[in-house]
Amino acid sequence: MTPETLPPFDPQRFIRHGVGGHGGLLKLSYHAHGPDWVELQLPYQAALVGDPGSGVLASGPILTMMDMATSLAVWTRFGQFRPHATLDLRIDYLRPATPGKTVFGRGECYRITRSISFVRGQAHDGDPADPLAHVAGTFMFTDAPAERA
Amino acid sequence: MMLPPYAELLGITLADAADPTLLLMPSADTLLGRPGYLHGGAIGGLLEMAAIVALRCALAEDGGGQIKPINVTVDYMRGGREKPTFAQGSVTRLGGRVANVEATAWQDDADKPIAAARMNYLIVRP
Repeated sequence: MTPETLPPFDPQRFIRHGVGGHGGLLKLSYHAHGPDWVELQLPYQAALVGDPGSGVLASGPILTMMDMATSLAVWTRFGQFRPHATLDLRIDYLRPATPGKTVFGRGECYRITRSISFVRGQAHDGDPADPLAHVAGTFMFTDAPAERA
Repeated sequence: MMLPPYAELLGITLADAADPTLLLMPSADTLLGRPGYLHGGAIGGLLEMAAIVALRCALAEDGGGQIKPINVTVDYMRGGREKPTFAQGSVTRLGGRVANVEATAWQDDADKPIAAARMNYLIVRP
């Protein structure tokens, strides 16, 4: 089967059997997607707490979810899987996650060039209008030839 | 220093009894992203933990206080392989209300980092 005849990349199908590796440890799963965005969910777990005094989640699990949601958004917008690596990811922590609540992370890919994809996203715990984190980042396709002048 | 539950989940331990800011994260299947490589989120989680530990140490010598993360920027330089990863944070500036902290992660060679992070924290003084 040539790449042209492959069915378009479907994030729901891609992770329908659950997420392996580090995403599996965090119990990350699919929630929704559109043409250029993917939303994942991160259920609350006591093991993910970063501040035992308040029960607030550590920021690391949210970073992992947003890395993955934005990564899936790149393939969803691009239309097929292509190997890439995170170049940088920045997160603004707007407010602490509410202890006990599932956190949703929506990653969006808003631009793809020959070798770089630009992504952004937000995380919330029930109300998208009251986000708890905002992210911006870039991915680099690892199979792209080096750019020449 | 007590590490939070999330650090335990990542398997993070103190690497050197003489240096409380040097962290070690052993390789584990539960830290992988694509096959053969650590998940960027696991590396980022380690970097954030290294930054927090360094800041807590610096703050303990400066009157103590609570810390709240404002933001993090992670640069990924090399793929993290299935081997032990070290990380160390360093406080660039500890102010009255804000701290600037950097952290670096490496595997075989501290001069060849696999990732680095910059973080801003809000400080709540007692």
